[in-house]
Amino acid sequence: MAPYQAPLRDMQFVLRELAGLDEISKLPGFEEAAGVADPVLEEAASFAAGVLDPINQSGDKEGCTWRDGVVSTPKGFREAYAQFARAGWIGLAVPPEHGGQGLPALLSGATLEMWNAANVGFANGPLLNQGAIEAIELTGSDDQKKQFIPKLVSGEWTGTMCLTEPQAGSDLAQVRTKAVLDGDRYRISGQKIFITFGEHDMAANIIHLVLARLPDAPQGTKGISMFIVPKFLIGPGGELGERNDVQCAGIEHKLGLNANPTCTLNYGEHGGATGYLIGKPNEGLKNMFIMMNAARFSVGVQGLAIADRAYQSALRYAKERVQSRDIASRSPEPRPIIEHPDVRRMLMTMKAQLEAMRALAYVTAASLDLSAKHPDAAVRQANRAFLELMIPVVKGWCTETAVEICSTALQVFGGIGYVEETGIAQQYRDVRITTIYEGTTGIQALDLVGRKIAQDMGATAKTVISQMRKDAEGPIGPDLAKALASLSETSDWIGMTAMGDLHAAVACSVPYLRLWGITAGGWQMARAAKIAQEKIAAGDAEAEFYKAKLATAKFYAAHILSQTASLAREVIDGSADVMTLSQAQFDLDRKGAIA
Amino acid sequence: MKIVVTVKLVPDPNAVRRIDPATKRLVRAGVETALNPFDEYAIEAALQLKERLGAETTVTIFTMAPESMKESLRKALAMGADDAVMLSDPALEGSDVSVTSYAMAQALKKTGFDLILSGALSDDGNTGGVPGALAEYLGVPGLTNVRKIEEIGDGRIKAQRETDSGYQVVSGPLPALVTVTMAVGEPRYASLKGIMGAKKKTISTLSAADCGIDRLVGSDGAKMEVVSIAAPKAREKARVVEAEDGAAGAQAILDFLRERKLV
Ligand SMILES: Cc1cc2nc3c(=O)[nH]c(=O)nc-3n(C[C@H](O)[C@H](O)[C@H](O)COP(=O)(O)OP(=O)(O)OC[C@H]3O[C@@H](n4cnc5c(N)ncnc54)[C@H](O)[C@@H]3O)c2cc1C
Ligand SMILES: Cc1cc2nc3c(=O)[nH]c(=O)nc-3n(C[C@H](O)[C@H](O)[C@H](O)COP(=O)(O)OP(=O)(O)OC[C@H]3O[C@@H](n4cnc5c(N)ncnc54)[C@H](O)[C@@H]3O)c2cc1C
Repeated sequence: MAPYQAPLRDMQFVLRELAGLDEISKLPGFEEAAGVADPVLEEAASFAAGVLDPINQSGDKEGCTWRDGVVSTPKGFREAYAQFARAGWIGLAVPPEHGGQGLPALLSGATLEMWNAANVGFANGPLLNQGAIEAIELTGSDDQKKQFIPKLVSGEWTGTMCLTEPQAGSDLAQVRTKAVLDGDRYRISGQKIFITFGEHDMAANIIHLVLARLPDAPQGTKGISMFIVPKFLIGPGGELGERNDVQCAGIEHKLGLNANPTCTLNYGEHGGATGYLIGKPNEGLKNMFIMMNAARFSVGVQGLAIADRAYQSALRYAKERVQSRDIASRSPEPRPIIEHPDVRRMLMTMKAQLEAMRALAYVTAASLDLSAKHPDAAVRQANRAFLELMIPVVKGWCTETAVEICSTALQVFGGIGYVEETGIAQQYRDVRITTIYEGTTGIQALDLVGRKIAQDMGATAKTVISQMRKDAEGPIGPDLAKALASLSETSDWIGMTAMGDLHAAVACSVPYLRLWGITAGGWQMARAAKIAQEKIAAGDAEAEFYKAKLATAKFYAAHILSQTASLAREVIDGSADVMTLSQAQFDLDRKGAIA
Repeated sequence: MKIVVTVKLVPDPNAVRRIDPATKRLVRAGVETALNPFDEYAIEAALQLKERLGAETTVTIFTMAPESMKESLRKALAMGADDAVMLSDPALEGSDVSVTSYAMAQALKKTGFDLILSGALSDDGNTGGVPGALAEYLGVPGLTNVRKIEEIGDGRIKAQRETDSGYQVVSGPLPALVTVTMAVGEPRYASLKGIMGAKKKTISTLSAADCGIDRLVGSDGAKMEVVSIAAPKAREKARVVEAEDGAAGAQAILDFLRERKLV
């Protein structure tokens, strides 16, 4: 399979011209960001291509192995992880006081895209480290920060997120893992499943962040606490001590993501695993959710990344593969398939959506930085509200669209795409997880409708819509304005309906989330088109790049943004039809019920 | 120990190369500038020596190039070099091997060095002539094609030279010039810390006058002139042989080879 080439030019365009890298660089602590952005992205691109990409396909093929509780990762992963850690990439966005470089989320978003495009199986490791670091930074005591963060940043240790249990997936209120006080620590017992990198051979220690219940905890989500459970206990001098009572009982055989282990972890089979409470009792889920914003954003970018990789392969193949004559020519000579209009349509559909996704994701990352660091509290608050609203959109829309893009990319390959050797089949398999973990699309859509919109009676949504309306100008301004009208109408309808029939109000929350994604992506494309038009008019030296951007934006307007009208009809006219059948009626089309 | 690595700044090796037929020079406009790939191995060798010899050892990057290319040197600094020196002067434009080496020698006498490390060949000019001439102008021994520096210190260097059939061990006095092969080890990736730190490292610039360059240099001083440039003949299109089965295929290939009197 051909090597990964990062879309550096588009990244630079989005960072500087849409996401406001220069503005971010004015925030306290981020002064260096604009100056180092180019060399950081270039080195990340060559690391991704030179170190991570070469073990992507082999890692998928070889997979992980489990023997007696010990998990081996595929050939080359240990070395690549050591190299990744040594180069300091894990600490990119970690504050300098914890040993990181303190760069903005905006830049870490762009590097994240490259790691995941080059090798998503590998990239999940550092992604989880990042999550664990943030969790400890946000809620840990000073001692806990000192003890764990530097080692997670240096990569000597890795982190996990242990939420899921057999009966508790989307619904974490069902978590049953127990934590009992024992002196100055807790004894943890219970089973966690589907834990990414829950056990492996890449680092000396693994720091599990585990959700569990205290004996007197209230029922439901308000009775869950978070605990740090290290695989090896840590001695007084920081040295690794006794093996903790947590065992990997097995790993899953999966559709994709074969290069990383998805583990079942049994806690406390021999008297209880030693755990340390982090944050206040019963606030574990609340704390986990603060951090989840970053994790959900990351999975959105993961989708974008895998899809970009698939698009890149499809484009290359479309230039190489010769098949069928040109329909508009008399010559019988077969032509490269990129010359056939339907193949072009597929390539343009992928390219246009990828550019919109990248722009929306990076703009959202910038709002994360602004919400954390802007000196003006009102600006911080406005960005926080925007971020909260956009997180489920970026997660849900980017990953769902990514699945479609990988499918389209495979289609460009024809039959050989269905065969493993081209690598496109791997992207198609790998991308499929992104709409599931860190909250399924259904859960993102519920979050959007039930929490993010309902909690302030749609005020933030209205603010964001009017902000987008101000940008509805330039070459595709009118198309954006139409989409915004659909979005407003649908939002109002959902708001009204929620007061009467909650089932109907959420029945089409996924199409509603898509409506948000397409419109907000179109908003960014409208901004891009306007900038491109100005650059072309000014005789910019890179006129070709901007002409392509403008043409891509126009394609997006006609092919993607136009879908908003039918999505509005689907939600408004169709929600009532969703719940009409009784469960028994589902069985009437075959003899006997499906049991 | 002061190590100087000579690094040529060349057009991005991955970009399509064009030669301007009028000037017979490579077109650099619109093409990004990169470190000459072979010189990255010399940088790697220098950084390995620095790790081996400890803090008193410094690594300086030296290039002769237009000042506008300055920022392209940051990558070498991000890899771990301490600082960089540029010899930049419009008068040097169009220099050939001999003039380039003379001018570089004048500048290197000014900066001082115990050891010069160079790549064996540039990616653009491709003569491989500079290091030898440079050693000559400096009056120091030139150890070429070195795959490993065995010992260095106490005024001497001992190294393994790659040859067609194996390697030789050679030794000479310092200061010296060494060209390295790819066997010294893959050039390292810059660390994030290195990238952040590179911005703060100094890149100083010397002019021709600063180095006491008093001969005719640039195209005026060049003894060599590129008379004409031609592209290599395009390769013939491959002939695809279709055959019923393996034996028929083998026969077709054999016939082809016989026809060309290759077997
Ligand atoms: C490869 C892989 C890696 C993983 N890594 C981790 C990890 O590191 N740590 C961790 O803790 N977990 C991890 N998970 C678990 C993952 O987060 C869960 O699988 C996910 O949250 C969904 O939970 P579930 O599988 O129980 O599905 P369920 O919750 O049973 O969902 C089934 C379906 O019902 C829908 N649904 C559920 N509730 C509702 C509702 N209220 N309204 C509408 N629809 C609903 C869902 O959208 C889904 O379509 C991983 C899973 C996989 C497959
Ligand atoms: C197409 C073309 C053809 C040419 N043909 C000739 C020719 O036939 N004869 C001739 O005399 N000149 C020729 N030149 C000019 C020649 O490229 C330059 O004069 C150059 O200075 C000579 O070195 P080189 O690029 O061949 O370097 P090489 O000798 O191949 O380089 C070897 C090493 O020397 C060091 N080095 C070389 N140049 C520099 C520099 N500027 N700064 C720092 N380190 C350096 C590097 O470490 C490099 O790895 C030609 C140029 C072009 C573009």
